[in-house]
Amino acid sequence: MAINYIYPEYEVVRNYDRCISCRVCERQCANLVHHYDTKRGKMICDESKCVACHRCVALCPTRALKIVKSDHTFKENANWTGEKITNIYRQAESGGVLLASMGTPKNYPVYWDKILINASQVTNPSIDPLREPMETKVFLGHKNDKIVRDQYGRIKCDETPQLELQVPVMFSAMSYGSISYNAHKSLAMASKKLGIYYNTGEGGLHEDFYEYGPNTIVQIASGRFGVHPDYLKAGAALEIKMGQGAKPGIGGHLPGAKIVGDVSKTRMIPEGSDAISPAPHHDIYSIEDLRQLVYTLKEATNYTKPVIVKIAAVHNVSAIASGVARSGADIIAIDGFRGGTGAAPAAIRDNVGIPIELALASVDKRLRDEGIRNDVSLVVGGSIRSSADIVKAIALGADAVYIATSALIALGCHLCRSCHSGRCNWGIATQRPDLVKRLNPEIGSEKLVNLIHAWQHEIKEMMGGMGINSIEALRGNRAMLRGIGLTREELDILGIKHAGE
Amino acid sequence: MKRVYVNEEWCLGCHLCEYNCAFANSNEDDMILACKDKSLDARITIEDRDDGVHFAVNCRECKDPLCLKSCIAGAIFRDGDMIRIDKDRCVLCYSCIMACPYGALRPTKEKVMGKCELCTDNGRKTPACVEGCPNKAIVFEER
Repeated sequence: MAINYIYPEYEVVRNYDRCISCRVCERQCANLVHHYDTKRGKMICDESKCVACHRCVALCPTRALKIVKSDHTFKENANWTGEKITNIYRQAESGGVLLASMGTPKNYPVYWDKILINASQVTNPSIDPLREPMETKVFLGHKNDKIVRDQYGRIKCDETPQLELQVPVMFSAMSYGSISYNAHKSLAMASKKLGIYYNTGEGGLHEDFYEYGPNTIVQIASGRFGVHPDYLKAGAALEIKMGQGAKPGIGGHLPGAKIVGDVSKTRMIPEGSDAISPAPHHDIYSIEDLRQLVYTLKEATNYTKPVIVKIAAVHNVSAIASGVARSGADIIAIDGFRGGTGAAPAAIRDNVGIPIELALASVDKRLRDEGIRNDVSLVVGGSIRSSADIVKAIALGADAVYIATSALIALGCHLCRSCHSGRCNWGIATQRPDLVKRLNPEIGSEKLVNLIHAWQHEIKEMMGGMGINSIEALRGNRAMLRGIGLTREELDILGIKHAGE
Repeated sequence: MKRVYVNEEWCLGCHLCEYNCAFANSNEDDMILACKDKSLDARITIEDRDDGVHFAVNCRECKDPLCLKSCIAGAIFRDGDMIRIDKDRCVLCYSCIMACPYGALRPTKEKVMGKCELCTDNGRKTPACVEGCPNKAIVFEER
């Protein structure tokens, strides 16, 4: 047998004084870490299989388990870190691309955490959201430059289709296939209850979810999986996916093993065949080509639904967004480099793209400078982690935010970043029926509704503190933001002053 | 009457209900004391099938209970909608075990028959199996 160079990253610590050998951990671990040893009459484990998803920890009725990072170490080296060394071992063994899931865990600056929010004192009164009305509703879509009136002098406000959101948050694209039926159902049910939208991702819309159509954004990606006339008509908006923050410039690959049963039917491809999304749309090589697809989709849906174009935040994002705004898109979604994925090459996820905070600020400025900001709404995603991130994003110029990782965490995801294994112990990123049933959509949707309601309360509190009673008055209101510990260049790009200025 | 119902669609077969039941009926205030190094003394049982179906079985509180009819000592009696066991009368003849089509009765450590009494006999408001179920597969409701 070849030498195994890799020592397990985590250790499973079991407190045998507490363990009652109920074997819940064994039954709940799809990675087969735990098992009951009849000879010794106790539970034992193989930590080399542990991905630190905490399913066993969460279900252990006597809290006998914990997962700790192994302190086994290579000789200290700031350049050749343990991770770099083990990755080389892995690739020398496999000859393959290293796969990774969810957003990059690398220590890049998080600009949200270097921005502070203002509050009113003395000269301008703050507002108490518990006593006074506070508006968090937003409309996404093309806005008219001027007020148009009909022959009776009434304002015409239904010129272009709009998406109406009760809270400026939407669940971003996660395909049926990359996530489970029950995860999709949880998102759909929660969107309906909250008056917001979820996104099908590129895998088509399961026939059971057509009833949630008014709260569904249907995506058209480069693989065009599951796209047919009824699909386009089912959604409230159409989204053309040009790129994804976690893997800008590359396509997607859902292995044939996951194309089973309803996933195959929904994607409209044979069972067991790999679902390969090409890196580009093969009919889009210019803004003019994009415009053709935008108008093809509008034509197909009788100009009744807004069209979203989703791009990844890359170096020239503001110029690209300017082009997209001119392509006839109603909404531009920008996905930052910390955004999640069900599977991506680690080298791409960890090194390609730019932070969403900088991309948003530069796109908003560029569109305003060019006088086309009202032509489109801006939706940003790529690691929105809290209500404060949302407030900061809106003050930097976003109309709404896309969340996905936060939503999955609400559903139980523990960010073990092993989605690509297909053995999600929380029933989210898997198609194995015994694992999928672990996520009861009744519980899942309730958690999502709770999360968004909690964030809505916090957004109202923060707005009230600033003396703002409508989210419209916060949008692009960069005077409400101050940077902390940022360079002059970073402040200039963000368009904000430093704290104390 | 509110009863315990099981939604097999959501049952994971984790068997936590069995341990929560054993703990609730153990007179111990610590699950470790109640269950560690002891044979499992639960009034609910998970039936696991190889095809992935899991189902928790406990007393159905039948309207026309066969266990009651079969009891030779008159220990099983009706108390409103509930079926209960008079521990002083039970002679552990196992007739009820033979009669119950659900396998819901079993002898306890106290050397009398035991069955689920919906946690009304141990001072709880809702049954422990329902409270502890991680996926709402076991519910306590009127149907």
